[in-house]
Amino acid sequence: MNPFQTILILSAAFLAVFGETVLSAPRELLGAQIDLLPAIMVFAALNAGLPTIAALAIFGGLWLDTFSANPLGISILPLMLVGFPIYLRRDLILRDLPFAQFVIGAIASALVPALTLLMLLSGSTEPLLGWGTLWQWLVMTAGGAVATPFIFALMDWCNGSLGYKLRTEVSFRPDREIRHRKILKY
Amino acid sequence: MFKQKNYLALGAVVLVAIILLSLPSRVTSRLKMAVGSWFLPLFGLASAGQQLPADLADSVLTRHELLRQVDNLRRENQQLRSQAVQSLAIARENDQLRNLLGWQRQSPWRLKLANVVMRDPANWWRTVQIDLGSRDGLRENLPVITSAGLVGRVSSVSLTRAQIVLIGDPNCRVSATVENPARDIGVIVASGPVDTSLVDLTYLASSANLKPGQSVVTSGLGGVFPKGIPIGQVVDSRSVEFGLYTDARVKLNANLGSLEQVWVLFP
Repeated sequence: MNPFQTILILSAAFLAVFGETVLSAPRELLGAQIDLLPAIMVFAALNAGLPTIAALAIFGGLWLDTFSANPLGISILPLMLVGFPIYLRRDLILRDLPFAQFVIGAIASALVPALTLLMLLSGSTEPLLGWGTLWQWLVMTAGGAVATPFIFALMDWCNGSLGYKLRTEVSFRPDREIRHRKILKY
Repeated sequence: MFKQKNYLALGAVVLVAIILLSLPSRVTSRLKMAVGSWFLPLFGLASAGQQLPADLADSVLTRHELLRQVDNLRRENQQLRSQAVQSLAIARENDQLRNLLGWQRQSPWRLKLANVVMRDPANWWRTVQIDLGSRDGLRENLPVITSAGLVGRVSSVSLTRAQIVLIGDPNCRVSATVENPARDIGVIVASGPVDTSLVDLTYLASSANLKPGQSVVTSGLGGVFPKGIPIGQVVDSRSVEFGLYTDARVKLNANLGSLEQVWVLFP
C-alpha cells in the first residue's frame, strides 16, 4: 500500500466535500449539486488497496453528513457498497480507458444517491422528494460520469509528480551479462 | 476473490456505520461539530477569498461615486428614521390599547445579523449554516428572516455555527395566513426539490377564496414564528382530496437560492 496515495485520495475527498458546501453554481445552473465522492471512490477502488477504500467510505461519508441534515453515518455504507464490488472486479476493468472510467463513474454516481435515499426512506427521516428528484439524479449521474475521467487524470498527475514509486528489482544484472564479442577475422 | 481480509474490511465499515447511526442525537450533533471544525481553516480561506473582490472594488471606487453613495445612504437613513418614529408611536399606542384591554404586552424582537457560510451538499435537504452559534446566544427554533421575508428556523446549534432549516424543507412547516378578507389559514410545506422559490400552502379551507398575488404571512400559530412576517404571494390554487381542502402554490419573497446574509430573531 502506498501511503501517499491514501493521503491524496482522502485529501481529494476532503476538498470535494468542502467544495460541495461552498460552491452553489451547479445548484443554481442545473438545479442539483454534483457529488464527487462516488467518482473519487471509483478511482480508489481501481487503484488503491482495501484499507484506503474503507477509509474513504468512512471519512468521506462522515464529512458529507457533517454538513448535511443527513443522519451521521448514512453516506458511509452507499460509498462502500459501490467501491467494494469495483475493487473485487478491478482486474477485469479496463481502468486506463477514459470511456470505462466514464461508465463506471456514471454507475457509481447513480447508485450512491439512490442507496442513500433508500436508507433515509427506510429510517424515520422524510427527505425532500418529488418528480424533480429524477432530474437531480440525472444531473448527479451525468456530473459524476464526466468528473470521473478528470479525477483519474488529476490524481494520476498528482501521484506521478508528488508521489514515489516502489523500486522494483529485476532479475537482470548488468555485471553478470555475458558479452558476446565479435571475433574479427582478418 | 472473496478473501477473509475483504470481508473484514467490509465488516469494519458496516460496523462503523451502524455505530454512528445508532448514536443518540446529542452525541451525533457533538460529533458533527467536532468533525466540522476540521474544515475551519478552509472556511476561513473561503471567506477571505469572498471578501477580496469586495475590498478590491471598494478600493477602486472614485470619490464622486463614494459621495453619491453617502448622499443616497443619508437620504435613506432620514426616511428610515421618520418611519422608526412613526412605528414607535404606533407601538406605544398598541401598548396602551393592550393595557386597556388587559392583554399581555408584546415584547419587541431583537435582530442579529449572520453570514451564510455553507449549504447542504445533499440535494434532498434545504439547509444552510450560519456563522453564529450558542456563544452568540442562538438556540433551536429561533426564526430566521431577510429583509424580503421569512427564510426558516434554527434547527441545531454548535458553539460557533448554527444550521438553518429553510422554508420548503420537510422539517420546516409554518402556519401561514393569506391576507384576504377571510384571513384563510394553512400550513406551508415543501413543494418540490428543484425550484427553491415555490412552496405549497396546504390545508386551507375548501371555501377559501384565493387570488394570485395575495400576500401570505406567518399566522403566529405554533409558537415558533411571530405573527405577520411576510412569506410570499399566492401563485395559484386548486381543490384537493375531492374538495376536502384547498392547496395553493406560494412564490417566496426571500430568494433562498442566493442567501448571503440573514437576520436571526430573538424574542
